Amino acid sequence: MSSTTNSPTHHTSTIGAIGAPSRRNTELVLLAFAVVIPVFAYANVGLAMNDEVPAGLLGYGLGLGLLAGIGHLAVRKFAPYADPLMLPLATLLNGLGLVVIWRLDQSKRLSNYADAAPRQLLYSALGVALLVAVLIFLKDHRVLQRYTYISMAGALFLLILPLVPGLGANIYGAKIWINIPGLGTVQPGEFAKIVLAVFFAGYLMVKRDALALASRRFMGLYLPRGRDLGPILVVWVISILILVFETDLGTSLLFFGMFVIMLYVATERTSWIVFGLLMSAVGAVGVASFEPHIQTRVQAWLDPAREFQLSRAGVQDGILHSEQAMQALWAFGSGGTLGTGLGQGNSDLIGFAANSDFILATFGEELGLAGVMAILLLYGLIVERGVRTALAARDPFGKLLAVGLSGAFALQVFVVAGGVMGLIPLTGMTLPFVAYGGSSVIANWALIGILLRISDTARRPAPAPAPNPDAEMTQVVRP
Amino acid sequence: MNKPLRRIAIFCGLLVLALLIRDNWIQYVQADELRTDKANRRVTIERYGTPRGNIIVDGKAITGSKETSGTDFKFKRTYTNGPMWAPVTGYASQAFGANQLESIEDGILTGNDDRLFFRNTLDMLTGKEREGGNVVTTLNAAAQKAAYEGLKDRGKGAVVALEPSTGKILALASFPSYDPSSFAGNSTTTDSKAWTKLQKKNNPDDPMLNRALREVYPPGSTFKVVTAAAALEHGLYTDADAKTDSPDPWVMEGTTTKLPNEGNIPCKNATLRVALKFSCNTVFGKVGSDLGNDKMLETAKKFGFTEEQFTPTRTSASVFSDDMNPSQTALSSIGQFNTAATPLQMAMVASAVANNGTLMKPYMIDELQTNNLDAIEKTDPEEMSKPLSAENAQKLQSMMETVVEDGTGKNAQISGVKVGGKTGTAQHGVDNSENPYAWFISYAKLDDGSAPVAVAVVVEDQNAVRDDISGGGLAAPIAKSVMEAVIKSKK
Repeated sequence: MSSTTNSPTHHTSTIGAIGAPSRRNTELVLLAFAVVIPVFAYANVGLAMNDEVPAGLLGYGLGLGLLAGIGHLAVRKFAPYADPLMLPLATLLNGLGLVVIWRLDQSKRLSNYADAAPRQLLYSALGVALLVAVLIFLKDHRVLQRYTYISMAGALFLLILPLVPGLGANIYGAKIWINIPGLGTVQPGEFAKIVLAVFFAGYLMVKRDALALASRRFMGLYLPRGRDLGPILVVWVISILILVFETDLGTSLLFFGMFVIMLYVATERTSWIVFGLLMSAVGAVGVASFEPHIQTRVQAWLDPAREFQLSRAGVQDGILHSEQAMQALWAFGSGGTLGTGLGQGNSDLIGFAANSDFILATFGEELGLAGVMAILLLYGLIVERGVRTALAARDPFGKLLAVGLSGAFALQVFVVAGGVMGLIPLTGMTLPFVAYGGSSVIANWALIGILLRISDTARRPAPAPAPNPDAEMTQVVRP
Repeated sequence: MNKPLRRIAIFCGLLVLALLIRDNWIQYVQADELRTDKANRRVTIERYGTPRGNIIVDGKAITGSKETSGTDFKFKRTYTNGPMWAPVTGYASQAFGANQLESIEDGILTGNDDRLFFRNTLDMLTGKEREGGNVVTTLNAAAQKAAYEGLKDRGKGAVVALEPSTGKILALASFPSYDPSSFAGNSTTTDSKAWTKLQKKNNPDDPMLNRALREVYPPGSTFKVVTAAAALEHGLYTDADAKTDSPDPWVMEGTTTKLPNEGNIPCKNATLRVALKFSCNTVFGKVGSDLGNDKMLETAKKFGFTEEQFTPTRTSASVFSDDMNPSQTALSSIGQFNTAATPLQMAMVASAVANNGTLMKPYMIDELQTNNLDAIEKTDPEEMSKPLSAENAQKLQSMMETVVEDGTGKNAQISGVKVGGKTGTAQHGVDNSENPYAWFISYAKLDDGSAPVAVAVVVEDQNAVRDDISGGGLAAPIAKSVMEAVIKSKK
């Protein structure tokens, strides 16, 4: 399956900018901003909360600068034609996330967080290390195609891990963590996201013709054949199982959504989208009808104020009532247009998970509407750069992988930000790069690494035609 | 594969757009609502983050702020003589919110009010900590003390004193009362316990009820002042000393029931003056019946019945029904049947009579100040209505003065001061089984013709013998001491 490596790439697509400038210097300038902005924000927090420039400012600035620098050098060396925006965007988000985590570390109400920021800096370093590793060792993303079915097995393994007795950890109703003694908890789902994307891309690349062409027309839609429905059904069942056994609506939605997006891109058949929406609706409603954890989330979404009252009143009806949804809304509302300023809000009232799942609420309160819109646009840019990479990629596997990863990224941002802002029911997921959590940060740096690799391949100038040895020979014998 | 890719790009863009729209919705459109939501702890944090401004009576603060060691709430409210002033101040509790003046003027007291914006900005620039402004009340400390002590000696009830010429509230007492200091903090042990103990379901006396403004009582015979005003205003009778057309016993129109008088009193064809002096049910019942529901209601409304007053603390609406037959109107006109009034309402009646027929809008906030005592807003006295002409008001005054000179209200006499009043004893409970309410409304008039004070007193459920209860015996002495206190403080 990896025989495509030597195929002449300049035939497949004309979108890749042949002979384009590498844009590495653009990236460097943007990175400088991406480091300086969080450093100022860090100083701002210190001044607001303790009336002094924080002692750790230099360390923090150097740490972030070093990470950005290493990332940049790795890209310059190993993926010189990669997209110039992704690394700065990810660095900026990671840096701002660190600032807000550090701000919440100092909250008097959240004494248990005390040193989350240094740990998050460590995770970020691991994440960047993984990015560098991806760039060094993954010379060509098409290599991944070889591991299509191994990826499937790997993804399933990762997904099942939290259910293994003694290993899984049930934290506030969602069973998506595993406990590794000495290391803490790991969220395998974050890594499964990438591995699954590899599997889907490899699988769909091979099967896409069958899925696209063998279909019957019915009421204006191309209905797939029964046997071709197999894979989507399998994925659907898996996501439902995740939902039921791990009570994790977000991950379930993410995987299924990613698959539908990739299926649609591979087959160009709108009917898959219709099927996908129908199936996810049926699945979600079906599971919600008997899973109290999901029901609570929906109730808290429909009427957060009531859920707050129930939680405050300490109602014991077998359901975990949480005031967090309402607290998050208050945080956003209290921030208003411009926010209270970093370090001056009360978003820590959210309590548990204020620096992970709910971290966007702190941005909302302290940086206001302006700040949150900026953050959302940063995410939008990453996603659009990812899709742009897919457009530019010259091989179907690369296209599928890039769009799958970007789509999953977009869905994750939507699910968690929409949940925290009360647009959709809340699900326990982390906001990429910003939220506290090692698994999330590391996995997302790896994701960026893969996207960088694909975009490098896509934008790299086509190799000069190899000198033709025959031509040489001919010259020699020319009379 | 590029066409679906472009569509996916649009789809992802739409996801981000949806988030942006939602963000604008909660952080712009709904922001104020969420920010000021009472359950939002930030409201309380802000309220107690800086020393709260004070509520001031006679130049002295009756509230204070104490620094605490809590994380969220730096300052705690304190009250001087809390139970006495609770009907005025209300409470401001870290755990249980605020009410009455503490809530209505929260913006000034916390310093958040827009009118303090300029000063706050200055303070911010000069590095001064924000401080709340003060609320200066119209109350008279001596009168309030007289009222509260008087009630304390006699039982449950309420007292309201007004300055007739302006509508200023001089005294506003309710008993039993509560100390708002006892639950001003947010300790789950002390504050919550105190709060729970004060709730109506745990305390049948309902000490947190502001009886002066928020409880309606049947006004009994004190309502005859309103009926007399209606008779004069609508021209049924024009002379206080002319005989009325009042048989005794009088059978109510449309019924076979005789309306009784209390005791053996000369009510047959009595003049209005005599009828008011002896509190003749027959005379005023017939007046109401003759005038009819509409005219009685018209006069009652002019005195403020049927509407909530905003002092600015909201009062309950006093009741005079609009769908009664003649016999019901007759009963209502002697302060029974459905008629019910807040103590403030009855003080307004006395006040309008004393102010020559002009009812001033009652208010208790004289001025809002910044923390360095600059005035932000001063309340100007406002005419609310003119329930009766000056001429008729003077007739009614002389009738009410007769009541105190040698009628049922002798206990309110003050030497050297002309006092006009009316007693009342309102029955309540099924078949009047419960102790009646003792009422007294009055005003004091000085030699120069000015009336510095009008008072309404109601005392409920006195454990004394039923016969002993009459407005004259229980309520009039309280009214007297309140009026004396006001007159003394004027000198």
